[in-house]
Amino acid sequence: MATVTFDKATRVYPGTERPAVDALDLHIEDGEFLVLVGPSGCGKSTSLRMLAGLEDVNAGRILIGDRDVTDVQPKDRDIAMVFQNYALYPHMTVADNMGFALKIAGTPKAEIRTRVEEAAKILDLTQYLDRKPKALSGGQRQRVAMGRAIVRQPRVFLMDEPLSNLDAKLRVQTRTQIASLQRRLGVTTVYVTHDQTEALTMGDRIAVLKDGLLQQVGTPRDMYDTPANVFVAGFIGSPAMNIGTFPITEGVAKVGSAGIAVPRDVLGTLAADDNNSITIGFRPEALDVVPQGTPDSIPVSVNIVEELGSDAFVYGSLVGEAGAADVHSGAGDAQVIVRVDPRQVPAKGETIHVRIRTGEQHLFHAGSGERIAH
Amino acid sequence: MTPRTRLQITAAAPDPALLDLPWDVPLADWPAERLAALPRGISRHTVRFARLSGRVVAIKEIGETVAYREYELLRQLSRLDVPSVEPVGVITGRTAPDGEPLEAVLITQHLRFSLPYRALFSQALRPDTATRLIDALAVLLVRLHLVGFYWGDVSLSNTLFRRDAETFAAYLVDAETGDLHDELTPGQRGYDLEVARVNIIGELMDLQAGEFLDEDVDAVAIGDALAERYEELWSALTSSESFGLNERWRVQARIERLNDLGFDVGELDITTDIDGTTVRIQPKVVDAGHHSRRLMRLTGLDVQENQARRLLNDLDQFVAAMDRQNDDETFVAHDWLTEVFEPAVRAVPRDLRPKLEPAQLYHELLDHRWFLSEAQKRDVPMREAVKSYTKDILPTRPDEESVLGVSAADLREDADVVPNRD
Repeated sequence: MATVTFDKATRVYPGTERPAVDALDLHIEDGEFLVLVGPSGCGKSTSLRMLAGLEDVNAGRILIGDRDVTDVQPKDRDIAMVFQNYALYPHMTVADNMGFALKIAGTPKAEIRTRVEEAAKILDLTQYLDRKPKALSGGQRQRVAMGRAIVRQPRVFLMDEPLSNLDAKLRVQTRTQIASLQRRLGVTTVYVTHDQTEALTMGDRIAVLKDGLLQQVGTPRDMYDTPANVFVAGFIGSPAMNIGTFPITEGVAKVGSAGIAVPRDVLGTLAADDNNSITIGFRPEALDVVPQGTPDSIPVSVNIVEELGSDAFVYGSLVGEAGAADVHSGAGDAQVIVRVDPRQVPAKGETIHVRIRTGEQHLFHAGSGERIAH
Repeated sequence: MTPRTRLQITAAAPDPALLDLPWDVPLADWPAERLAALPRGISRHTVRFARLSGRVVAIKEIGETVAYREYELLRQLSRLDVPSVEPVGVITGRTAPDGEPLEAVLITQHLRFSLPYRALFSQALRPDTATRLIDALAVLLVRLHLVGFYWGDVSLSNTLFRRDAETFAAYLVDAETGDLHDELTPGQRGYDLEVARVNIIGELMDLQAGEFLDEDVDAVAIGDALAERYEELWSALTSSESFGLNERWRVQARIERLNDLGFDVGELDITTDIDGTTVRIQPKVVDAGHHSRRLMRLTGLDVQENQARRLLNDLDQFVAAMDRQNDDETFVAHDWLTEVFEPAVRAVPRDLRPKLEPAQLYHELLDHRWFLSEAQKRDVPMREAVKSYTKDILPTRPDEESVLGVSAADLREDADVVPNRD
């Protein structure tokens, strides 16, 4: 077991100006499941490959435990890349399939057997150890492959989009299996995905990257409740947060034809490049439908209603001359998403009035996009 | 309900016959009459071979994004002239008649006259087969690394082999885990090599467990040999060397050594130190196929490196025997082609031709003639050698154009039968 530390680790690809990973500072605790997430090109896979030893580190260091591995070959780093290869050997028993790498390394027979049996117990494969892979179900075969990595007792597991090749159903199943297995094993794990749902459901902590820069690292709850900037706010959560930039007049942000009072202490923190505007974020599930005329309520014209049984979502536009164009959400520009009571859905074309629940609005600088604490 | 998606075919040169294949059936359930019975390697995906417009294609069920990615990578690799399978296309939007969506497929061209390692080991081959396969794989890995391709999952299963004179030439068949970079880091090369070593040992141990390979064969030593062969070749091709200014002949010697290994030097970095007493050289661009390119230029024959080496030797002998050292090389080569090579290959009866590709056939004819001459203590003419070879040797050889011999029942997903072609 081990901690993992990225210490201002930087990767610049030859012939490029901008670093693919820019001075990444990240400390991963022993036994932690950390998910690196972000859109394509954000540097998440590059970061993982730097840790694996597949990418050069041009500046900074990488440590596994207290050991500086920056210039150590991948095979000497005591890490395991999981799921890179899980084709099983048809003529070998399950036990041999799991233990052959140890045999290559010259591990004594008795020890191989002990380690294989331990791994089999964790993976629920004990009664299959002497069978051939042919006799196993698809899920069991996948666990044998996992067992291959486990018996090596690596200090860190690395997983790069291991579910990308599975269909939707199997993806959800395997997601849960990996997460629970990792918790039982307690091996430090770094996991890369572009899928924020995967990140939220699996990680102890999540690190969001964009353009090679770490945006925020924290628990799924941190990321959801207090996103550090507009990017994280829009990236984490499904459907995505509604985010708009609105002009402030006399302490009130003009949101379509409505107004939202901006707290006094926030007004004092506005910077010159905010241009007397503020960016407000509100999640679809942070809105209440209220009667017309309720203070701080925002009129939304209903474009379409999506009913999912347990939930219903209104896709609408802000009513009013200004502001409408400056808002965006998971549904695109100039659209907002509102979660409504699935038993009381409005009709298409109707105008509903919604209000952001107290404490559930997110305020950001219009200029820098940074969160405004208040 | 999800809307019924439409079948979408992405291919550089779409073949209408693709539409006739039963895309609404999971690959594992395809009827036997659609399939070509070819031995398959170990794969985590369902893979089948099917006949299509007189050729054979390999079809692999795989996630959509991965399918497109691998298709693109294989196209880039062919453009870079790396030995790899040719991609035919990607098919997405497959649905079963009951509306159940089916996985996307990647289609590649089956490499004619290629042999998976499991088929090679299932016959009685010379004991050093494993070593020759490993040599071929080392050359392939070096060539891939030279163009900046990181494989990620090097194994015998992900490679196909073609006979190349007395050796083998290896081809990449699975690029799923690969990536193309401008240049690989030492870590990427080292990891590929380590994965290769472990996978090869595992695959050989598997053959031993299935009693296809003698258990006395040292699988670990063979895996280690790959790493050694690779390092030797890599260093010969890329390392820099320094010498005194008076040893300039070493520049030419280095180039000849690389030619001998089958590589051309496209660009050589030559630097002298400040006082001009030592020279440092380092090959910057090396291209495989030194001999095959030369043969292609002279005769238009497109063959593999060691076959080309053999044919060029034969051409040299022809030049000497005809005493035409002073003639234009291309004219003599043309005469050799029409007077020696083509008549010999054409003399083989048509029904025996699918057994070996022409260049390989010619290589074996040369071998056979040598054996006959040796035994009879005279120079046996080619015509006689062909007659004896097609009568006594070739009929006993298996057809290798597309290795057949598995019964349809063995094509089930869980079948692990290595075809027995005796």
